[in-house]
Amino acid sequence: MTHIRLPEPDRAIVARRDQITADLIAIAGRDAVISDEDGRRAFETDALTSYRRMPLAVVLPETTETIANILRYCHTQGVKVIARGAGTSLAGGALPAEDAVVVGISKMNRVLDIDLPGRTMRVQTGITNVSITAAVAPDGFFYAPDPSSQLACTLAGNLGMNSGGAHCLKYGVTTNNVLGVRMVLMTGEIVDIGGPYVDAAGLDLLSLVIGSEGQMGIITEATVRIIRAAEGARPMLLGFDSSEAAGRCVSAIIASGIIPVAIEFMDRPAIEVCEAYAKAGYPLDCEALLIIEVEGSETEITERLEQMLELAKPFRPSSHAISSGPDQSAKIWKGRKSAFGALGRIADYYCMDGTIPLGRLPEVLTAISQICTSYGLRVANIFHAGDGNLHPLIMFDANDPASEQRAEQAGSDILALCVEVGGCLTGEHGVGIEKRDLMAKQFNADDLRVQMRLKSVFDPGWLLNPAKVFPLDADQRGDLPAMRSSTLPAAA
Amino acid sequence: MVETLRPTNEAELQSALIGLSQSGLAAEIRGAGSKAAIGRPLQLPAVIETTGLSGITLYEPTELVMSARAGTSLGEVESTLAERGQMLAFEPMDLGPATGGRGGVQTMGAVFATNVSGARRIAAGAARDHLLGVRAVNGRGEIFKSGGRVLKNVTGYDVARALTGSWGTLAVLSEVTFKVLPKPQETQTLVYVGLSDDVGVEMLCAAMGSPFEISGTVHLTAGLTSRLELGRLSREAATVTAIRIENFTSSVAYRIGRLKDALKIYGTPELLEQDASLLFWSELRRLSPVTPAPGDAPTHLWRISTAPRQAAKVVDAIRRNMQVEACYDASGGLIWLEVTASADAGGADIRRILSTHGGHATLIRAEPAVRGSVEVFQPMSASVERLTRGIKAAFDPSAVLNPGRMYAGI
Ligand SMILES: Cc1cc2nc3c(=O)[nH]c(=O)nc-3n(C[C@H](O)[C@H](O)[C@H](O)COP(=O)(O)OP(=O)(O)OC[C@H]3O[C@@H](n4cnc5c(N)ncnc54)[C@H](O)[C@@H]3O)c2cc1C
Repeated sequence: MTHIRLPEPDRAIVARRDQITADLIAIAGRDAVISDEDGRRAFETDALTSYRRMPLAVVLPETTETIANILRYCHTQGVKVIARGAGTSLAGGALPAEDAVVVGISKMNRVLDIDLPGRTMRVQTGITNVSITAAVAPDGFFYAPDPSSQLACTLAGNLGMNSGGAHCLKYGVTTNNVLGVRMVLMTGEIVDIGGPYVDAAGLDLLSLVIGSEGQMGIITEATVRIIRAAEGARPMLLGFDSSEAAGRCVSAIIASGIIPVAIEFMDRPAIEVCEAYAKAGYPLDCEALLIIEVEGSETEITERLEQMLELAKPFRPSSHAISSGPDQSAKIWKGRKSAFGALGRIADYYCMDGTIPLGRLPEVLTAISQICTSYGLRVANIFHAGDGNLHPLIMFDANDPASEQRAEQAGSDILALCVEVGGCLTGEHGVGIEKRDLMAKQFNADDLRVQMRLKSVFDPGWLLNPAKVFPLDADQRGDLPAMRSSTLPAAA
Repeated sequence: MVETLRPTNEAELQSALIGLSQSGLAAEIRGAGSKAAIGRPLQLPAVIETTGLSGITLYEPTELVMSARAGTSLGEVESTLAERGQMLAFEPMDLGPATGGRGGVQTMGAVFATNVSGARRIAAGAARDHLLGVRAVNGRGEIFKSGGRVLKNVTGYDVARALTGSWGTLAVLSEVTFKVLPKPQETQTLVYVGLSDDVGVEMLCAAMGSPFEISGTVHLTAGLTSRLELGRLSREAATVTAIRIENFTSSVAYRIGRLKDALKIYGTPELLEQDASLLFWSELRRLSPVTPAPGDAPTHLWRISTAPRQAAKVVDAIRRNMQVEACYDASGGLIWLEVTASADAGGADIRRILSTHGGHATLIRAEPAVRGSVEVFQPMSASVERLTRGIKAAFDPSAVLNPGRMYAGI
């Protein structure tokens, strides 16, 4: 996928690479700076792997103060900075640039404080998502947002993208589970927002910072909400003869007043791939599968699942199976959470992330399949059905540039459709470079201007994670300060 | 003379704001005015009232979503939801009666602009957590939207949510879209009488650490319980600690039993069944326990956020300086603190104590002279203040919208 334009690097900065690297070493120490070509190459892309750029240098600091010193230096030198967690962004959110320093947070991964009675935890943001829960699991607690990439992705990246996961239907996404942050601004100033209590004082700055895709500051610490886990949880598998029946079953369940912890949807191509990989016991004779999980005591779980089976009857499920126990439950979730990886073993794919109003699900699924067919491509659908967050996985052949290009076009068409039916471009993966040029489909000039002015408040020089989120030409529209030093954009 | 503008659609709202900014006039932004006595006192040449922007514009019960124009009353929204067995899970509080304003009149725009959220926030989140999207007009007269009508959306910055709690200082909301949830089938409450503050808060934290999905946790000091209408609680002049469970009927019975067991070292509770429970929690939603009866000595009211483990210590420390009664919500983390009236409402002591224990305080009820001399909202650190001023300038560079309502010059 190579049609997204990236700005030409600032040659003057690139020419000063040696000096800048030496200065970074003086600030952060030799061990923290990666400057050789092989070392830098490990950081040249994220999970949107068709775009690659060698960073000017990579720094892996161990303290907030070091990050502050690096940003202060880069600010005075006019050097761009790209914050990076684990680099699992599917939107190119962490894509480096040749004239930018990558600041990786991965070495800052400590738990700083656990307050079980207050149900909060203070951590450094380089901690992986799964390690947050691991730190409190022995006490029966967990951190709710659970992106499928949770083994690798960092809280920093989750904060950058306002990430979600399968269990968000009940527990919310990142922004609903974070109470405070420590953040370094581009000037090197350290700002504390919120803390271990229910509201932050003053304006709701946390809302702005979370989901700002590394464009407002580098977040180094956070206070997160932790939740006591339910007594038990159990998923059920419901197979259907059509996606439409499955979609209408989801609506019926929600209308009945039951909010399961998770309702995940897979279509036939997705089921086949995931079953082959995880051997979870997914039914193979259906067109659509729902994984529905409920929580509570054994009796409560049984009662709730039976209630839902009853609700599902009018939609004639072709099969139903309740997980036989923790073992199968783990497999069922493993299959779902490794869906992307499992598909990746058989095909190259492009993962979309639009959200739609649930009521439009059947027609949208039909349209998605028509769009992909019209480009001669296959698609697998796997998504968070309870909240309408779709993940069509468009399969293509990475060795065939034409097929890759068609996949990108099909993807744009699908996202445009999501917006058209009342949804949005991205439910949890973020805009990054990937959806940057589609932003104008969802927002008009004033909507974008309101957002871009906020970027300018936090980073007036637009040095942090540049050329992401907003269309490259958006700054040509009015009262914003000049913000990109780059010359004409070139094709990647 | 104060000019009152009452736009009936978004275009009129926009013209009103363009007109004001061109003539350099600032306006007080209000819905039904139930919170007019909160914040720094304003004396502005114009008022923009949103009650003309009214009506529910979208309701999809199976998608858990509703949109309403900003001036739609909360009452209309809640009764429409109730017809389909749904509710606003964040249980918006009514600050009107406790601050000398009218009760039961607030608008949806104001609910989100002030982020008022009740006891259920501890389980379900605050108003901010349920907001999905807004349409609004800023002080430049630009109409803009942010977010949308779907439950998951990270497209662009989360401007909609950032407007919650901005008290009309950044933009006038014209329409809000929010998540709704099913009403629970059954509500019951366990009430413990006579626990000291620290033990009460400790028990509430223990309850929250249980797997039974508690949806309300309050502790009232002895002086407050007599204001409850609920007869059997108000007869005893002792503290009251209450824990709410909402769920399917069969689950409530099971969970209440398990919880009582888990908390038995704290004594034997009384059980409030559905009706009594609903009454008790609705009284809290109106802040009845911290609202003086006519003829009572005047008091000031603070809203304090702190870590639950600090809550009783904070109140204790403040009590050493003045007479206080406390309504602890959110397992202690949110304290409605009633203090004897004084020139600074006790603000200097309260904020000094919070600076050592962690947390912040907002003055909710005091006469205008006091609100004019004390910082009503928690003073900001220098860097947060700089960002806040920048954000104000981005939305409202000529300071048309509620200037000074939260902070001087903002
Ligand atoms: C197989 C797979 C499955 C996935 N499943 C999900 C899913 O279920 N749900 C979901 O939401 N996402 C999912 N993702 C996407 C991705 O994992 C998330 O976006 C994740 O939050 C990224 O975290 P990261 O640590 O890899 O961040 P990165 O990719 O390194 O960075 C992400 C963004 O955050 C910014 N950032 C990084 N560190 C900081 C910091 N310290 N301060 C400020 N900004 C910072 C970056 O600049 C970038 O814009 C999946 C990805 C993969 C590859």
